Amino acid sequence: MTVTLDLSLIPPLGPPRPQPVPAATETTLANGLRLVVVPRPGVPLIELRLRVPFAAPDAGSAEGHTAEASVLSGAVLLGTASHDQTGIAQLLQGHGAEMSVSADSDRLLFGTTLLPGGLRPVLGVLAELLTSATYPADGVEGERERLAERITIARSQPAVLARAALGARRYAGHPYAIALPDPALVAAVTGADLGALHGNRVLPAGSTLVLVGDLDPAAAGDAVAEALAGWTGTDQAAESAPATALHAPVLELVDRPGAVQSNIRLGGPAPGRTDPDLPAVRLAAMVFGGYFSSRLVENIRERRGYSYSPRSAVEHQAAASSVLVEADVATEVTGPALMETVYELGRMALTPVTEAELDAARRYVLGSMALSTATHAGLASTLSALVGAGLPVGWLAEHQRALEAVTVDQVQDVARRYLAPGALTGVVVGDAEVAEAQLAALGPLTVRRDVQS
Amino acid sequence: MLAPVTSQPNGAPRALAITVAGVTAAGTELTLRHPVERFTLDNGLRVVLAPDRSVPVVAVSVFYDVGMRNEPEGRTGFAHLFEHLMFQGSAHVPKMEHARLVQAAGGTFNGSTHQDYTNYFEALPAEALERALFLEADRMAAPAITEENLRNQIDVVKEEIRVNVLNRPYGAFPWLQLPQVAFESFANTHDGYGSFVDLESSTVDDAADFFSTYYAPGNAVLCIGGDLDVAETERLVQRWFGPVPARDVPPTPRTGEPAPTSVRSAVVEDRLATAPAVALGWRVPDPVARFDEYLGTVLLAELLSEGDASRLERRLIHDDRTAIAQSSYVGLFGDPFDVRDATLLTTQVHHPAGVPVERVTAAVHEEIARIATDGVPADELRRVQARTEAQLLRQADSVLGRTLAFASAELVHGRAELAGELAARLAAVPPEAVQAAARGLDPGTVAVLELRPAGGRQ
Repeated sequence: MTVTLDLSLIPPLGPPRPQPVPAATETTLANGLRLVVVPRPGVPLIELRLRVPFAAPDAGSAEGHTAEASVLSGAVLLGTASHDQTGIAQLLQGHGAEMSVSADSDRLLFGTTLLPGGLRPVLGVLAELLTSATYPADGVEGERERLAERITIARSQPAVLARAALGARRYAGHPYAIALPDPALVAAVTGADLGALHGNRVLPAGSTLVLVGDLDPAAAGDAVAEALAGWTGTDQAAESAPATALHAPVLELVDRPGAVQSNIRLGGPAPGRTDPDLPAVRLAAMVFGGYFSSRLVENIRERRGYSYSPRSAVEHQAAASSVLVEADVATEVTGPALMETVYELGRMALTPVTEAELDAARRYVLGSMALSTATHAGLASTLSALVGAGLPVGWLAEHQRALEAVTVDQVQDVARRYLAPGALTGVVVGDAEVAEAQLAALGPLTVRRDVQS
Repeated sequence: MLAPVTSQPNGAPRALAITVAGVTAAGTELTLRHPVERFTLDNGLRVVLAPDRSVPVVAVSVFYDVGMRNEPEGRTGFAHLFEHLMFQGSAHVPKMEHARLVQAAGGTFNGSTHQDYTNYFEALPAEALERALFLEADRMAAPAITEENLRNQIDVVKEEIRVNVLNRPYGAFPWLQLPQVAFESFANTHDGYGSFVDLESSTVDDAADFFSTYYAPGNAVLCIGGDLDVAETERLVQRWFGPVPARDVPPTPRTGEPAPTSVRSAVVEDRLATAPAVALGWRVPDPVARFDEYLGTVLLAELLSEGDASRLERRLIHDDRTAIAQSSYVGLFGDPFDVRDATLLTTQVHHPAGVPVERVTAAVHEEIARIATDGVPADELRRVQARTEAQLLRQADSVLGRTLAFASAELVHGRAELAGELAARLAAVPPEAVQAAARGLDPGTVAVLELRPAGGRQ
């Protein structure tokens, strides 16, 4: 049975309804902290995000910094001058909150949801964490032991191995090459190290606090200024050093004996958030593999059944942006799956996309941006990333207008520069016994057999 | 972590309880902000409308009353495989066009297979509402199930199982392994992802039978939430779903089974894992028939494991330092309100190889016994309720999350409104109910699954 699409049967779309535009109040406090407050209708909650730039100063100290930063993100909650770990957690919990603290190669991020009546007390706890975290020796020891165990578990995940292998190839010599801290360095971190790191690097100047939800901007601004006035420092929080991704033309196979799947990862540079090429590259990556309606999904999933979730995306870090292509495929079709992926990349680079493909991708990107910012939490995380990258809140609307204007010619132009197979660096994590001969048939290959699995 | 089995990755929100109550703080007056309208079509389709025009987004969901627990023997994984087939086109929609018609309208879609139901849903700009109704009605009437599509999706499902289970450490832990220890019946113990043997032997006739039996309009709930006009939406629903012919509706299968009277335990080896883990599962009160008691169990799970102030986090992580991570939850996928009997409260702990598992399980039993004996201080419960309320509100902030919660409440509990009342119901649970729930977690009737690592040796 073959069904053809009779467009006359499909209900047409009605006229679009206007998107609410967030009204953001932006201020900078005396201590240098940038504050963005957005009142929003919806559920009676507030979302809080504090982003503190927290990059390694240079490649030489990156291993040590990454280890310390990852211990610090757990240990900062171990106690303050006024409260122990349980006391902090109970104070927050009473207002529906639970502080999560995470570190990556660019920043520390404090985040929580809270009931609106809890804004002042939760800001009070945040101020304590920022100004008087104690890093007790005993608690730090427990924290670093647990973290070392968690790193070992993470390293047994093939997706983590694959990301680390690609990062190491693309960013050798830059802190971005380090995906996970070294457990031996983690085990050596002390409370004194953390106290010093916190004092020198957890700084208000350069940091951004975003509050979104059921709040009054003026009152919230006052509450923040009052609560965080005591958080001071003379220096600026540290941003990442500029990163230039390296290009390795030879595919690398990382042997994972016995693996039932191969993890294919390709990556290359992408335009940053202020680069005029970005809107066209986002749409090109979308047409190629960014959503279910894409060429890659149609080919290696819906036609050939090689993979459950092939995908591509543009990813931004503070100092570099990337086009990433990912597919986890059955071991026995590693070569054919890579061949089809490269074929679809080549087709993007050399032949034009259709108007229909471009329009569909554009509407999807615009629609999913609207959906992802239609909750307090989604809007808070989006604004934290944008403002943290030094962009104004109005960037979102500008970017939407730029997406609307992208043409087929522009997509073809950027696809040739950013999606051409020859521009990407590749890694495959899989069982070399099966995959090596297949991949070698497609082109030059190096094999790494040193990785634990 | 735990997620319902889905037809495409990263699409479904993590299943958890959702509500729409407007609240200021735990224990204060809880108001229902979203009125619920409902009607039933002549073909038996139950329809729930939950309008809220604050953002120009609409969510459309269809829940069919068939899940992993309804699969016949020899057809493990079939409910999920069939979910994939529902995306392969329908009478008037070619393969790939379902995705294109939703996504090119600026919308997202997915489906997911749960223990007791299978759902399909879209979140779209409000102006695309009718298009989504057309797509759901078209496949409710006649999905296009061909040999070619079936073979293709068997391959895709096998890759899904490899990604999520076979090629990663802890992939089956504990959701595919613990039920085999905790339960007796085929419905409750079998692998809902399916064995490769069963999947590969599936036929187009099996799919046609499954559709005919379980995908009758009278066996489904259509729930639409967000920016919609009630009268106009009712007209559109009649227009598109009204013509779907009525069929017989199968009786709701009984999935309950007698409560266990002894300890059951098993050990599994994970060839990819590097550290051991243990899961303990206790039978809990019937989530529907004994809802009030069940709420005490739901809060107990939160009190045990949610956050740094919780009993097990303090005991295992901070004080004893015998664990790397711990969690407790009710329901196989972590949503306590979308499951029928029989259901577990599960506590799972990842611990270092140097810590004997007996030490971990003894500490868990001790902490539960402490609650069973001493009860729960009112201020501690009040904090847990505030946190639970905030989490419920957070889920309800998304139009899609809210719509899915209304739909599952209608299907499982017969009352969509319940989703909007959960925060108030949980806030009213007294400490004695949590203590009673802890007494139900008897160390003499626990199911224990030990995972031993065999990874890092190759």
